[in-house]
Amino acid sequence: MDIAGKNKSQFGYSLTKGRQIDYDKNNMKLRDFVISNEPSLLLCIGCGGCTATCTAGGFTNFNFRKLHNLLMRGETNNLEESMKKCMLCGKCKLVCPRGVNTRNVIFTIKRAFAMTDFSKPLK
Amino acid sequence: MIHKKIAVIGGGVAGMETAIQLDRIGYPVDLIEKSESLGGHAKNWYRVFPDRRPAAEIFEILHSNLKNSRVEVKTSTTIKTFEKKDGKIFLSDQENETNSYDAIVLCSGFELFEASRKEEYGFGIYENVITSAGLEEMFNSGSILTKQGKAPKRVGFVHCVGSRDEQCGNHHCSKVCCVTAVKQAIEISEMLPETEVFCFYMDMRMFGPYYEELYRESQEKWGVQYIRGRVSEAAGNAGGSIQVKAEDTLTGRPLKMNVDLLVLMVGMLPSKDTKQIAGQLDLKTGVNGFFKAWDDHYQTNLTSQTGIFIAGSATAPMNITDTISHARAAATEVDKYLKEINNKITY
Ligand SMILES: Cc1cc2nc3c(=O)[nH]c(=O)nc-3n(C[C@H](O)[C@H](O)[C@H](O)COP(=O)(O)OP(=O)(O)OC[C@H]3O[C@@H](n4cnc5c(N)ncnc54)[C@H](O)[C@@H]3O)c2cc1C
Ligand code: SF4
Ligand code: SF4
Ligand code: SF4
Repeated sequence: MDIAGKNKSQFGYSLTKGRQIDYDKNNMKLRDFVISNEPSLLLCIGCGGCTATCTAGGFTNFNFRKLHNLLMRGETNNLEESMKKCMLCGKCKLVCPRGVNTRNVIFTIKRAFAMTDFSKPLK
Repeated sequence: MIHKKIAVIGGGVAGMETAIQLDRIGYPVDLIEKSESLGGHAKNWYRVFPDRRPAAEIFEILHSNLKNSRVEVKTSTTIKTFEKKDGKIFLSDQENETNSYDAIVLCSGFELFEASRKEEYGFGIYENVITSAGLEEMFNSGSILTKQGKAPKRVGFVHCVGSRDEQCGNHHCSKVCCVTAVKQAIEISEMLPETEVFCFYMDMRMFGPYYEELYRESQEKWGVQYIRGRVSEAAGNAGGSIQVKAEDTLTGRPLKMNVDLLVLMVGMLPSKDTKQIAGQLDLKTGVNGFFKAWDDHYQTNLTSQTGIFIAGSATAPMNITDTISHARAAATEVDKYLKEINNKITY
């Protein structure tokens, strides 16, 4: 049965593949690399303090808290592009109540993307 | 009368109730309070959660029970040295008067987080940034006004100020400030029906009976609004209002808002006395700095030293209900201990 179609007819929306986080299929390599290099990311409680103070977030749709959460779920599409909006000012690190080294999280993500071959173990 | 003498240190809710119960069992008790009057922090609160009865009502009971007891109340008394020797505890006060006791119960309570330490929230810089304790004073005075003398049209509450914050070195949750914010939001809505009230929270912790119900009431009956996001900073505007910034995490967008009054929900920290006493008596403190119990489930009134007991918010952030239960449990433990050592001697 066409479940997506049925949902659409019943509730007026369709369940498209792209929206749902498919946790079991997602590639966690980037997440594991960032966490092994900056374990403080594990302490994030998603309070949004970083986003509230973020220099880039005031003008663009850059949302640092959301990027953390997406990374933790293995949702890394567009992450490289989004990261370019960060100005590396470090304000986020000053407000974080959990002491996440946000700046180093960003550096580590950038470093990961600078490494070309994702199929080899990241180190 | 039993010939064993007990000192209770600290005359807040915990100390008052511990002393009352020990007297009932029949022990001579000195209740030692460093300030001029009994009651501790809770005597300054207007109405208390979860039922919003006047705090004064609870103190009427405590004072009347104390009055009908033989407890010797010593206010304005600061113990300078604590010493344990040969199974007795020696306490010397500011006049170097020394008394010995067979057991002591430490009820030294908590201290409020110094709000000015979080500079980004502007307490001590902007006049319309106040603390939760300051708001209780306003309630007691009967009027809620900004420094400009006007009734605030919009009030914001900031949760977790000085608690759950690596930047201040305090990892612990102060437990009662979420429900205090709910209670205070209701008080404001009742006194000023036209005023909008917003709470900025990271997690809503409604741990006690009827707390979740109070939270619901605040929404349903009073229209209090809750925004899930940590306030990153507050800035003063000309005219006295305050602009706060947070991420509205549930919409995923940064948010700014002007409020006329900003209330900081300051956390509960162990008092400096707790540190001093722990040092002198070689007692353990937890990672949160409060007295550490011998066993966190079964022996929450015992310390690592025999004859030295703990009760109330000196052991962890605690509400009044739990403080009273903990105080009663302490009296039972002290009695058990003194009877045991008594039996050993008569053998
Ligand atoms: C803003 C706010 C609002 C609150 N509202 C509520 C509410 O609505 N309902 C509720 O259930 N709970 C409320 N609470 C919690 C409540 O205040 C505590 O449960 C209660 O105060 C704990 O009592 P205590 O005796 O353990 O400590 P304290 O109240 O801190 O009393 C300790 C006493 O010991 C004295 N002392 C300390 N060291 C020494 C020493 N070395 N020698 C002699 N004396 C000493 C102090 O002077 C003080 O009098 C609130 C807390 C806060 C911060
Ligand atoms: S401020 Fe810290 S805890 Fe809060 S969302 Fe940002 S990284 Fe996470
Ligand atoms: S370092 Fe980047 S993410 Fe952090 S506040 Fe600055 S611009 Fe925003
Ligand atoms: S009780 Fe609420 S406001 Fe207080 S520290 Fe805990 S989470 Fe924060």
